[in-house]
Amino acid sequence: MTEAPLTGHARADRTPHTLAEWRRLGGWESFDHAVRERTPDAVIAAVKDAGLRGRGGAGFPTGVKWGFMPADPDGPSHLLVNGDEMEPGNFKDRWLMEAVPHLVLEGAAIAAWAMRASHVTIFVRDAYRAAQRAMAGAVEEAREAGLIGAGAVPGERGLEVSLHASAGRYICGEETALIEALEGRRAIPREKPPFPAQSGLHGRPTTVNNVETLACVPGILAEGGAAWKARGRGEDGGTKIFGVSGAVRRPGPFEAPMGTPAREVLERAGGLRDGARLAGFLPGGLSSGFLGEEALDAPMDFEGMEAAGSQFGTGMVIVLDDSVCPVAALANAERFFARESCGWCTPCRDGLPWTARLLEGFCRGEGRREHLEVLRRHCAMAPHAFCGHMPGAVMPLESGLDRFADAFEAHLAGGCPWGRA
Amino acid sequence: MSLDAATREAIRGLRKRHDGEGRLAAVEALRRVQAAHRWVSDAHLAETAALLGMTEAELDSLATFYSLIFRRPVGERLILLCDSLPCWMAGSEALRARLRERLGIDFGETTEDGRYTLVNICCVGACDAAPAALRDFALVAPAEVEALLEDGP
Ligand SMILES: Cc1cc2nc3c(=O)[nH]c(=O)nc-3n(C[C@H](O)[C@H](O)[C@H](O)COP(=O)(O)O)c2cc1C
Ligand code: SF4
Ligand code: FES
Repeated sequence: MTEAPLTGHARADRTPHTLAEWRRLGGWESFDHAVRERTPDAVIAAVKDAGLRGRGGAGFPTGVKWGFMPADPDGPSHLLVNGDEMEPGNFKDRWLMEAVPHLVLEGAAIAAWAMRASHVTIFVRDAYRAAQRAMAGAVEEAREAGLIGAGAVPGERGLEVSLHASAGRYICGEETALIEALEGRRAIPREKPPFPAQSGLHGRPTTVNNVETLACVPGILAEGGAAWKARGRGEDGGTKIFGVSGAVRRPGPFEAPMGTPAREVLERAGGLRDGARLAGFLPGGLSSGFLGEEALDAPMDFEGMEAAGSQFGTGMVIVLDDSVCPVAALANAERFFARESCGWCTPCRDGLPWTARLLEGFCRGEGRREHLEVLRRHCAMAPHAFCGHMPGAVMPLESGLDRFADAFEAHLAGGCPWGRA
Repeated sequence: MSLDAATREAIRGLRKRHDGEGRLAAVEALRRVQAAHRWVSDAHLAETAALLGMTEAELDSLATFYSLIFRRPVGERLILLCDSLPCWMAGSEALRARLRERLGIDFGETTEDGRYTLVNICCVGACDAAPAALRDFALVAPAEVEALLEDGP
């Protein structure tokens, strides 16, 4: 059994395997086995046993989510593969789509079969051209081989798979905004309920899953839910693509068991540079809260990061050391979130640019004590926003106001100590 | 100037694939227009909207929603420089300043000779090779970013 069920066969240069090559490595066997020997409900049960939780950030139990789909749909229903990946610090889905597109596609085909979905749409962000080519190639090969397409799946109505290349907007990754985008409208999130499983794409039952979530599925079926779960070192099952960027010696992605302590994750990335001191790290992409030294022994999984006071999110770590101004880093982060607001609701559309401007003001030596209060008030408004964008946006800010309080004070006292102003 | 025949044909095909529902093909249609003409002019927008059976306003509301659909002229070389946090930590600001100075334009602008356009982009999933840049949507290694300005058109 490979140590790395997701990326064990990925080539170093990320060129994808052809279908024939991939089959020789055991590819599509889980799919073949599932549709011939198992029932959809047995597949869902295996995914539940595996303890798989969504890798798109929210960590919803995947098997439970699939169970919301109607067992007896009276028309088309949809699985949407979320390959939007635009949150800063994330580069895991790109790796999977580029290097192991057949694994992603096989996972999607199994998932669609288990939840009786008739259509799969793979949604890939515009900037990921190599990923688009690799996924399109895999779809083409699988269709020619009769694995997907009209009437392909034994005993079922076949599976239509298509690829949608987006045109660059972070909010499209939010699942209901993604549905709007596919319907050809501005990607503004929808109200829930109704949840997508009740009424999603074109009003039909729909499930949205992250690329990595689906890539886990063939491995789960190959080794069994319990064995796959046991790969995790803590409560959460399986392996995970972790990645580290920022102030480490060897930034990059790698696969490791869920629950790997943060310290080990940072060490795999070469650790901090000589003489540098850890200022803080975001454990789960830009929309997670800052942690520090005290959390280095916490297991990196959903429970572990929550207990430590942050969020596991996507498990992609951004490291800050003491060589950069944390206030400027926060300004950069909030500028991103402000720019990517879809503009639908006021706290986010007007509030996030305001936070970015205040933070940029601190960097220019124009910060005032009352601005700290204003920043906190914006954070407190996040729960009233219409979707998860603003709550995510204030995670680094709210935690940063506490963790980097000294840096804010220094800016108030006499400008940026890092000499940025 | 009207759309080239191949793009027109492609857009008709996209609409057909969506059972005549032009809206569903709109983003892909705009991407095709851009692939052929670098950006989406008013004339091309109008023609595309007609081919899709949409109003110009409907199509423009989509075109302007997406950061990577360009409604202003784009030069022969499009350079997208990541401005998100990991790249910022790796020195993207200095690189940004150098590109700006070399070309004498700001980000969001095109050189007068129409050769280069500079655009900021959020994280392109290459934070481990920061600072990251794309040339016409292909990733370029950090060391090569400035060389982008040297090789011919
Ligand atoms: C603003 C915002 C952006 C998001 N972007 C992504 C994304 O790029 N990729 C992704 O898989 N999930 C993203 N999500 C989470 C999705 O809404 C959804 O929870 C996820 O795709 C579900 O898949 P999973 O259960 O397999 O994790 C985003 C959420 C929000 C609020
Ligand atoms: S929170 Fe922001 S992104 Fe979400 S609906 Fe409101 S304005 Fe749009
Ligand atoms: S932050 Fe620049 S590529 Fe991710």
